[in-house]
Amino acid sequence: MERDDRFDLATGRGLMACPRCDALHVEEQMDLGETARCVRCGTVMAKPRDGAFAQLIALSFTSMVLLVGAVFFPFLEVSTMGFGNASSLFDVALAFADGILLPLVLAVLAMIIGLPIFRAFLLLYTLVPLAQGRTPYRHAARAFRWSEVMRPWSMAEIFVIGTAVALVKVAGLASVHLGPAFWAFCALIFVNLASRAFMCQTSIWDAIEDAGMATEFPADPRPGVDG
Amino acid sequence: MSAPAGDHQGPVLTAHRAGLIGCHSCGRVWPQDQEQCNRCGAHLRPPDRRGLQAVWAWWLAGLIAYIPANVFPMMRTQTFAGLAGNSEATILGGVMELIHYGSYDIAIIVFVASIIVPVGKFLAIAWLATVAGRPATVDQAHTRLKVYEVVEFIGRWSMIDVFVVAILSALVQLGFVASIHPGPAAVSFALSVAFTMLSAQSFDARLIWRGLPLRSSRA
Repeated sequence: MERDDRFDLATGRGLMACPRCDALHVEEQMDLGETARCVRCGTVMAKPRDGAFAQLIALSFTSMVLLVGAVFFPFLEVSTMGFGNASSLFDVALAFADGILLPLVLAVLAMIIGLPIFRAFLLLYTLVPLAQGRTPYRHAARAFRWSEVMRPWSMAEIFVIGTAVALVKVAGLASVHLGPAFWAFCALIFVNLASRAFMCQTSIWDAIEDAGMATEFPADPRPGVDG
Repeated sequence: MSAPAGDHQGPVLTAHRAGLIGCHSCGRVWPQDQEQCNRCGAHLRPPDRRGLQAVWAWWLAGLIAYIPANVFPMMRTQTFAGLAGNSEATILGGVMELIHYGSYDIAIIVFVASIIVPVGKFLAIAWLATVAGRPATVDQAHTRLKVYEVVEFIGRWSMIDVFVVAILSALVQLGFVASIHPGPAAVSFALSVAFTMLSAQSFDARLIWRGLPLRSSRA
């Protein structure tokens, strides 16, 4: 293997390890639209897309708007024998605010509303300066890492399926009308899918790094030594 | 991206073997004695079997929480202020009820999401954690990675039943006519799903590809 300056086996500079199988790769400049896969396990390691940051910003805004609507508009309306009950998720939260099931309600609300909104906010915090070519905000790296950590815990799409099941269960008992908040959640699924298509963690990390965050390993201690 | 070794079919140099440590969060590579990734701030952990302790701990917690989730009622339905009967439904009871009403498709969704997926997940994580780090052929490693990815992807979907209970108990508060209250199983089922998700997340997929385990560090 020819020795070149692109990477350094002593400090790890210019190298990337597959998070799934630990195989080492040399970082290379990629063209937009290309997809890099790990040579050993095939995990997608990078897929830079044209205008991805702008798309992600737009989609994050969209999901924030949808989520705010989903909280305050009526979600489902149920009525039987003259007894009716229209509830927004906000009402639901208030109704349970003093019960012993408060922790469960809080956890559910966090998973379907809180984390998605927070993730959208963190993504905006990270990406807006990067898209404008400015220096990222101070906690950009931490914000993006947390947003990735929270990804499995934001469960809006699962909530929609849960709603469908609940509708069938309640259908025999009362008549149910879907409110705007329900459709907001359905739209959110598609926004999330689109967002996933544009999301390339490697590109974002590289952008954060290139934009001047202090990320290099402090001063190569053994110049010229290779591993 | 290309491998330093160049040849894609040949032996692959891993970060661990090169005396480096890869960040599981952003992929950046650091010298082995580095403890925190300077780029994303994640804690760097070496791919050895010690990490499996966390997997087993969360796994056990999830299994323990799964028992009350199946024994206690998921929700209590009260019709006509209890005059027309109170009914309590466990997870399995709820599926039976759906079959009774003839909505087989929904019954299948609930059955798969709250019984097959959790049980399958317990088995899959236990198997992965047992064989992790053992010598394996490339094909076996690919199978294990596939299993791991399925477990990681599908684990969250078990939350469906918790959401159903939450929606129903919020919605069906029709005073005298009918009301639904969540039972203790809803909480323990939610905990069980969360614990198994944490268990799957603590599993280090890089162990699948470690041909030789650090047997000495197993204790």
